[in-house]
Amino acid sequence: MKKIVLGLAALGLAVSAAQAQTYPQRPITMIVPFAAGGPTDVIARIVGDHMSRTLGQQIVIENVAGAGGTTGITRAAQSQPDGYTIMMGHMGTHGAAPALYPSLKYDPTKDFAPIGLAAGTPIIIVAKKDFPAKDLKGFVDYMKANGEKVNMAHAGVGSVSHMTGIFFSSVIKTKPTMVTYRGTGPALNDLMANSVDYMTDQIVNVAPQIQGGTIKAFAIATPERSPALPNLPTTKEAGLDGFEVSAWNAVFAPKGTSPEIVKKLNDALVKALDDENTKKRLLDLGGVIPTGAERTPAALQKLVESEVARWTPVLKAAGATAE
Amino acid sequence: MGDFVSNLSLGFGVALSLQNLGLAFLGCLVGTLIGVLPGVGPIATIAMLLPITFGLDPVGALIMLAGIYYGAQYGGSTTAILVNIPGEATSVVTALDGHQMARQGRAGVALGIAAIGSFFAGTVATLVIAALGAPLTKLALVFGSAEYFSLMVMGLVFAVVLARGSILKAIAMILVGVLLSTVGTDLETGRERMTFGLSFLSDGIDFAVLAMGIFGIAEIMRNLESTEARDIVHKAIGRLLPNKDDFKQSYWAVIRGTVIGAILGILPGNGAVLGPFASYTVEKKIAKDPRRFGRGAIEGVAGPESANNAGAQTSFIPLLTLGIPPNAVMALMVGAMTIHGIVPGPQVMTKNPNLFWGMIASMWVGNLMLLVINLPLVGMWVRLLKVPYRLMFPAILMFCAIGIYSINSLPTDVIFIALFGLVGYLLIKFGFEPAPMLLGFVLGKLMEENLRRALIFSRGSLSTFIERPVSAGLLAVAVLLLVLALLPSIRKGRDEVFTE
Repeated sequence: MKKIVLGLAALGLAVSAAQAQTYPQRPITMIVPFAAGGPTDVIARIVGDHMSRTLGQQIVIENVAGAGGTTGITRAAQSQPDGYTIMMGHMGTHGAAPALYPSLKYDPTKDFAPIGLAAGTPIIIVAKKDFPAKDLKGFVDYMKANGEKVNMAHAGVGSVSHMTGIFFSSVIKTKPTMVTYRGTGPALNDLMANSVDYMTDQIVNVAPQIQGGTIKAFAIATPERSPALPNLPTTKEAGLDGFEVSAWNAVFAPKGTSPEIVKKLNDALVKALDDENTKKRLLDLGGVIPTGAERTPAALQKLVESEVARWTPVLKAAGATAE
Repeated sequence: MGDFVSNLSLGFGVALSLQNLGLAFLGCLVGTLIGVLPGVGPIATIAMLLPITFGLDPVGALIMLAGIYYGAQYGGSTTAILVNIPGEATSVVTALDGHQMARQGRAGVALGIAAIGSFFAGTVATLVIAALGAPLTKLALVFGSAEYFSLMVMGLVFAVVLARGSILKAIAMILVGVLLSTVGTDLETGRERMTFGLSFLSDGIDFAVLAMGIFGIAEIMRNLESTEARDIVHKAIGRLLPNKDDFKQSYWAVIRGTVIGAILGILPGNGAVLGPFASYTVEKKIAKDPRRFGRGAIEGVAGPESANNAGAQTSFIPLLTLGIPPNAVMALMVGAMTIHGIVPGPQVMTKNPNLFWGMIASMWVGNLMLLVINLPLVGMWVRLLKVPYRLMFPAILMFCAIGIYSINSLPTDVIFIALFGLVGYLLIKFGFEPAPMLLGFVLGKLMEENLRRALIFSRGSLSTFIERPVSAGLLAVAVLLLVLALLPSIRKGRDEVFTE
């Protein structure tokens, strides 16, 4: 009996090694845990398109939305670690989820084989056009002076705007009134109509309205200015320390995926990020492309660990859970 | 005016290029097909076709995707009329009288007037977008949470007035619909409500799941009951072109429907879903003999179908001028635009005039194509549906299952359409109308969200709904309608209508 088991195990190993060499032989499914059309989906499609060409097999995007992205990631984490199911995780699913969802069925730091960081979208602090402040300093002073009287918009519990909004409040130590919307669209509409005060959201969602002059922007929460909005100061330049955050997106495979497959996928991802056309499309979205050292699986593992460590206390302190 | 003409001619220059004409045609054809097939909606299709558009230039890609969207609206009414399965919230009303017409052997006329009304509405809506797109967006900004809540209240009152049969049953069904809409994660707190700890319920019940089960599966079960009740198939489709009397009865309904649909479509909170309901209610209210409604009244198809198409078109206004998607399909269009490097927003009109005016012109071209595709092809769609029950029912079930699965890739959604099918069947047996429940479900979500948000803004003061003039006006209309519906004399008349 024992021999048979050992034999089978050896056979399994041999098969998986052979599989890794000939990988990929059929289309690869990339699970995007959000609805089609959102920032993560768009980034997955742009990067996946180029990766398909390198790998010689189509990467098919499957949108499995629900519960702040954790439905799709749970499913992807539980799938066969054969390299044919991978996923696009992000700041929420692999950073904030453990704090937001106490009965989460996966551990972002342990249950995945990280492939690499794809692209991040910086966070911008935006406010209604009539907001009585000229710059970030005036804005922070106003927030502190008016506390609960200020209305903060966000796109639902667990959304990027929700998490970063809470983070911002904890950095400047105020408690605004939180107003929930179903998605960024309606929140932006109310910002333009001057009926809600401010929001923190991804550049791709708010840049057109800033450029169109229908809403006001105070700062971008990255170390460098964005080429998409060159006149917008960074939070540090505007005099606020400790609020640097961008909504990162990264490719993961389920735990147990063989190192050869991980390497093949990482190579394809890196090649996609170096491609001029792909780069341009990501930059057009206001995206930030990771530099050489940030692109390795090991760097991604470190990032996940530091993000879980960063978000858990912030969200717990704000009493934000989604169950 | 000069601008208007030169803009439109720029648009037609783009839309009438050979490539874009071909793409518009392809989009309309695919859209009609998926609209006809029950269960496969435009959202799933556009999502699936998104990668294919990578190789096209952005204008062509968007023209094709837009074609799929309004093609599906056309095709959806075909299924609603012929098999009583509304694929989208907006064709629920069409099924009411359209399917009755089909049962009376007037399916052709119903399809014909739906296509003609839609074309008229599409033409007007195109002109409205071209002429008033920019100024009309201001209307969108007048609508805050309080106004939306009042609009939804008005919508639910419409639903009561609209219902056939007992008013008590109608109210009960609406409330059940509202109740169903509260299943899932609480928007404000993130806590789960009424999910029994089941993870697949944590995002609530999907509209498509509910509609497909309650209408589609239940309809199939009802048809299986008796062997001879093969309503659609044994009766002839009849002539396609409506005759003079039909036109006389419906042309005002078409005009009114167009106006109602166009206005509601502009509202960013998916006001377009209200268009057909509002139009149907108006037609029924002003009809000399409201008894005909629900029994194959042609106005009951002409008005809502026009409203539906006008709304489908004008819902591009918030997207193209504000960069805000009013519904799920438009959200997908935002994705398509960003993939092509165009960030939708107020600057699209000036930065990409080719795209903006090209798309608008292509809408009209698309509508013309749909008229051409649909009228001669109705015979073919009908033949498709003439397939024997033993083949057609499994096929419809299969398409429903595939369509539902393709939206969220959740097996539980497929199980749920079976469950709702059973519920829908029981409702029909006990004489409950499923349509008000569906409306209650659609509006319930929006209503709760806007009510709570309005109350957060007012810090708990209910007077906000009366202090804001637009909101107060909408509530006043709602109260007026309710009083009219409940007045003894009218009520007597109403009971007479429904006692048979």
